[in-house]
Formats: sequence, C-alpha cells, structure tokens
Amino acid sequence: MPHLPGLGDTNEIAEHGLGGLEHNFITGNVESLVNWARTRSCWPATFGLACCAIEMMAAGAAHYDLARYGMEVFRASPRQADLMIVAGRVSQKMAPVLRQVYDQMMEPKWVISMGVCASSGGMFNNYAIVQGVDQVVPVDVYAPGCPPGPETLMHAIFTLHEQIHTGELLKRRDETGAGAGLVIEQRDGQTAGLTIGS
Amino acid sequence: MVADDDTSTADDEAEGDATTAEHDAPATRYGGIIDPIGTDVVLHTDVATYSDLAAAAKADGFVQLVDLTAVDYLTYAAPRGLPAGVVAERFEVVTQLRNPDSGERIRIRVQVPADAPAVATLFDLWPGSENLEREVYDMFGIDFVDHPDMSRILMPDDWVGHPLRKDYAVGEIPVQFKAASNIR
Amino acid sequence: MTAERVMRRGDDSAVLRLSEAEASEIGNDPDTMADDERVLLNMGPQHPSTHGVLRLMLEMEGETVVRSKPVVGYLHTGMEKQAEQLSYLQGCTNVTRMDYASPLFTELAFSLATEQLLGLEIPERATWIRMLMCELNRMSSHLLFMATNGMDLGAVSMMIYGWREREEVLRFFEKVTGLRMNHNYIRPGGVAADLPDGWEDEVVRLLDLIPPRLDEYDILLTGQPIWRERLQGVGVMNADEAIALSATGPVLRSTGYPADLRRDQPYLAYDQVEFDVIVGSYGDCYDRYAIRLNEIRESMRIVRQIIDKMPSGDYRVQDKKVTPPPRIRIDQSMEALIHHFKIFTEGYKVPAGETYACVESPRGELGVYLVSDGTSHPYRMHVRGPSFINLQTMPHLMKDGLIADGVAIISSVDPIMGEVDR
Repeated sequence: MPHLPGLGDTNEIAEHGLGGLEHNFITGNVESLVNWARTRSCWPATFGLACCAIEMMAAGAAHYDLARYGMEVFRASPRQADLMIVAGRVSQKMAPVLRQVYDQMMEPKWVISMGVCASSGGMFNNYAIVQGVDQVVPVDVYAPGCPPGPETLMHAIFTLHEQIHTGELLKRRDETGAGAGLVIEQRDGQTAGLTIGS
Repeated sequence: MVADDDTSTADDEAEGDATTAEHDAPATRYGGIIDPIGTDVVLHTDVATYSDLAAAAKADGFVQLVDLTAVDYLTYAAPRGLPAGVVAERFEVVTQLRNPDSGERIRIRVQVPADAPAVATLFDLWPGSENLEREVYDMFGIDFVDHPDMSRILMPDDWVGHPLRKDYAVGEIPVQFKAASNIR
Repeated sequence: MTAERVMRRGDDSAVLRLSEAEASEIGNDPDTMADDERVLLNMGPQHPSTHGVLRLMLEMEGETVVRSKPVVGYLHTGMEKQAEQLSYLQGCTNVTRMDYASPLFTELAFSLATEQLLGLEIPERATWIRMLMCELNRMSSHLLFMATNGMDLGAVSMMIYGWREREEVLRFFEKVTGLRMNHNYIRPGGVAADLPDGWEDEVVRLLDLIPPRLDEYDILLTGQPIWRERLQGVGVMNADEAIALSATGPVLRSTGYPADLRRDQPYLAYDQVEFDVIVGSYGDCYDRYAIRLNEIRESMRIVRQIIDKMPSGDYRVQDKKVTPPPRIRIDQSMEALIHHFKIFTEGYKVPAGETYACVESPRGELGVYLVSDGTSHPYRMHVRGPSFINLQTMPHLMKDGLIADGVAIISSVDPIMGEVDR
C-alpha cells in the first residue's frame, strides 16, 4: 500500500489495522481522503463488447481476482459505476449506445480503452468500426494488446488508480474536458503470435 | 434461363464418373445445370427457376438450409468458369442445402442481374433463411421478394449503401504513424 | 397508424417483426398503447445477461413473452469485407477474432477451405495437432459456457469455477501458440509451430485435473433442485422445428437429433477416434446444459486417444509456395529468402474457384464459403456462423415463457456476438 499524503504510514494500517496506529485519529485533508476512497472502490460498469470482454471477465474471475482491489463488482447499471472499461471493438452502430451509457454514469467517471480495437480500430480499419473510442468518450488509459491479457488490464487499472489518487485526472478534466490519454506498456506475452517459420 | 435438359444430362453423364452416381441422380430432377466440383454438387440456375428448384430439392429430402449468401462478381479477375448454358450476371446468391438423413449437400448458385437485384425468398420453405436473407439484403442490396421482414440486420437502419458490394469502398481511414506524445 | 396495425395483431408467430421506427412510433403515441395490455420491452445491447451486445425487443403480456426479436449488428466488424483486403496467410488473423470463445475452429474452417482450393494435402501430424487443439478448445469453450450459464442463472460460484478450469486450458494454449486467445495458430498448410516439448505431460495433467472438477459441477448444478427447476422444460423445441430453423450444434442435438459433423462427414482424422455424439431428449435448456457438460467429457476422451496416436513428422506442409522455409534455410539459401519474402509480402496465389468447408464448432456447423479469382487475396469470404443462425431459434424458444426464463434461454443458445455480427 502506498504512502498517502496526509494519512501517515498506511502500511501500518494495512498490517495492524487502525489499532496499530500510535494515535487513534488520522490527520489529512478531505481531498486526499476522498481520492483515497475513490481509488479503493472503483466499480467498473459491465461494458463487454468483444474478445477483450472475455479477458476482462477472466481478470475478474478466480485466477486474477480483481476483488483484491475492491473492483470485483461489475455493475450492470451505469448509474452505479465509476469506471467504464471499453473492452472490444466499437462499431458504428454501437457508438451511440456507448456514449449513452457513458452519459448515464455519475461523475467522477473514468474510461479505460482496452485493446487495440477500442484504442485505434486495430486491424479493422474499415467502414464498420469506430477508429478509436476516444472519438466518442474521453479516454484516460489505453491498454494495448489484442486482447490485452488480464495482467495488462490490471496494469491499466493500477495506472488509473494512481491518477485518481493524485487527483491529476479531475484537474485535467476540468481544464480541457479530455481524459488523461495515458498509454501503458503491455505486461504479458500477448504482443504477437508466433512468427511462422521462425 | 430455361433449364437446358440436354446440357444438364450431358454434363451429368460426362462428370458422372468423377462423383458417385447417387450424388448426381436426384439432383438432375430439380432442373438447373449441374457442375460437380470435387465432391460438391453445384446447381446453377437463374432467378426465374430458383424457387421451383429449391422446392424440388426440399421435397427430395434436402430439408436443412445450411447457408445462404451472395457474391458480387463485379471485379472478378478470372474467367467465371460457369458451365455452358448459364448466363453470367453480376450477383450470385449461393444457397447450401443438406439432406440430414443421407448427409448429402448441394449448392445452388443463382445468377441475379445487377439492374433488378431480386430473387424469391426461401422463407416459406425454410424459415431458417430469414436472418441470412436479411444479411444478404443488408450487405448486397439484393431484395428477397415476399420476405416477411426485409430490413437491414447488421448495419444501422439509416445506413446508406451495401458494404459487401465491390463498388463500396472499404472505408479505410489513413493512419498517420506518429509517436504518442504522452508516454510516460 | 393504430397499434393493431403496427404490432400486426393476428400474427401469432414468435418473431416480432417490428422496425425501430415503428417501435418508437408506438411509444410516442399514447393512444395506440392506451388500452393495450401488451408492452414493448427493450433488453440490451448493454445488458449483463445478453452475452455481449445482443439486444432483444420483447413484446410482453405481463411477465410473459409473446413475441420477440433479436436485434443484432452492434458488433458488426466488417470482417467479410476485411478478408478481401488480407492475403490468405493473413486471413486466419482476421477470422480468429470472430468466435472468440473458440477461435481455433474458425481458423480451421478457413484453412480447410483454402487447402481445398489449393488442392493441398497436409501432413498427418498437422492434422492430429489440429484435432488436439480443437478438442481442447471445445473444452475451454464449453467451460466458458458453464461459467456464463451459471452466472446468468445466479449460480455465481459456478462462474468462478468455470473460469478457473478454463484458465488451465488457456495456459496450455499460451504455451503452444503464444497467445491465450485469437491464436492464429492453424494456418493454411498446417499449423504455425510444432507442439512444445513435454506437451503430453501438460495435456495429461489437464485431463487428470478436469474430471473431478466436472464431478463438482454435477454436485453443484446437475442434480440440484433449483437448477433443475430453472432449466427443465424451459425453452423447449423439437427436432423438426430446429431443422426448419437451420439450427445446428447443441441446440439441434438437444432435441434428440444426432447431428455432428465430426461423425456425419468426418474431417481431419475424426474417423480414427472413438467418441459418442451426445444428444438430449426434451430439447430444453437443461438438455443443452447437460450436452455441453458431457461434451467436455467426450472431448477429453478424444484427447486421450490423440495423445496415443499422435504421429511424428512435419507440422506443416513443406511447399515453398504456401509455407515459408524453415528459419535456418533462410541463412543458407538465397532462394529460401526470396520465397520467405514473397510469401509475406504478396502472399501465395490460390487457383480460381469456389468452395465450402465446414467443421463442427462448439456452437454448431461452422462453414467458410470461399471464392478465389486466382489472386493472393480471397475474392469473397463468407462465414456461416452457427451463433448467427442459432439465434433465430430464440424467439421460438422464448414464446409464451416468462421473461426470467428468457435469460436462461439466451444463455443456453450460447451465442457469441463476434460470430453473429462478424
């Protein structure tokens, strides 16, 4: 657990609970407390579209277990969700639906563009696919891969958590209306398949 | 096109050795021109005789419609390779039928002219053709006469054009490769 | 326009044939629906139980579904158009992203179709590797079904268990193909790489691991009264209806009709292995669940035989026109380098003609219709997606059932939207 500004040594809390603190009160400003709370219960909306949705569900299931980060509740209703993981290719027919779901989410809200199709259209550069979901909603973190493995998705989520924690994201949203647009690196071997003849 | 009986029987006898006799025998009765490719039995027909041929095939045990699709031959580079007697048109509706008891399959290729792209629906014979025909309508603009719900299925209702036609562009957006400005 | 006309009263079919505009017209005009007890209900495309982006337009009378219409296309990717831009070698990259729960089957169907046009005979070992991978993929796909079927019906532990076992299979896939999904492993001419050393041990470990877990599912679900209550007698269909609607796979087999392409027209080497075709007897959701559960067991039976019979030899055809030369040859021979370059730049040319190849995917008959005009790119590629066609059964299965059962029915048809919309 990271050191929280104004919260004292959080490792101590993690290991011993509040009882481990030398003082039975915490000093800090409201903003960092709120950010801390937002980071620790970031509920994603179920917005599975294609292949990436399977990996997103795999990330939530037994082996990768997103519950460790307070994120296992994929909310069916966008009204209850903070984070939209756009998992898969967005077609021209789906784009208005995507925007509507995004608009229905409560502020503050964040978007992870999962996979190359959502980020840039990927290999499907044609009439049917929106070439990058950032044309429809502001994107905070882009996760590469086709599909990104659960490790990469978790890396994207941590990156987002860090941004939420520092409050950086909301400042930027206020100024420009755009997402953070961070591109992360891939954390698993899913960059490419085998090269034939190697 | 009138199913040229002489041609079809001649074709049948000529190619009869290549495939088994039972494969060709029932198919000759449906009309159309037979063109066995490997083990596939392919029947060529035109818009006028298509539904009769399909009905005859169904009566003969081909009760399962496996697939229905279309091809736009507008920019086909090679010779079409159609058997004698078949008038080549721009579109072709391709229907795959299967006899679930014997496992036999036949493929019906219908020549559909570009100026009036319409064929009879197979919905009354095989209700399973509903979605497939809607897809062909959506992607090629071929109308299926008397189809219960001739509307777009994959593209939005207000979409203009039929994407799988060869004169419809892929819709590629040029990608400018540039370094991302905010990689950490 | 009155509601009578818009809703086509008197049409007692199961399918609601109503356009978007007509539906909103009813909604906008209070008079049309005023004394009407039926309501139109929209479900999806963003709904947790619709397996991705399926949308249903339901005509409800109280809790009962009268007519319904699956609205698809929300994941339309233009893959059939895209295939015309990609060479035959690149084609598998494209098709593998259709049915993302069982990607290897689409690759297989595409490769078989291409090989039919090329008139290519592939080595025996490649055939058996393909079979091995496909059967393992059938297992992982059905395990995914177990997970989602459980989740849709509220058996959330089942979801966790299904994923847990699927993860084990994926680990083997990652070892063999380098990827967990979208493998691009089966290619025209064979497979992309040989099986890694010690693959037998890995597979045997899987085969030892999964049966007890399946028995666990039996305890958790199969005999459980709530599970039976939710599924038995729900979404019933008979064989004639299923055939008329062109249904294949577990949807057709659940009606008691033993249709399985692996047995009816054996491709690869399915005529050399022993397995049973699992059929149901009532054609309900429970049968479809039980068929898939037992098909996992049959697949494991096939995999055991494959381990024993796996021949040695080449994993892809050594035809310099179709497959690139081995890496080592490129350093030694100028010609090999040229072949390698040509295959990856312009691809190989495929003789003009048309063909249809089909395989039994976990969802039914998966076919690829390929038209070549003699160039290195397909002139037209059409995929007969079993999910797309099985989806037509949905309104008929749902008719006169409760809306809560609708979720069970969507789940039991097991559509993969990537394959529906392509």
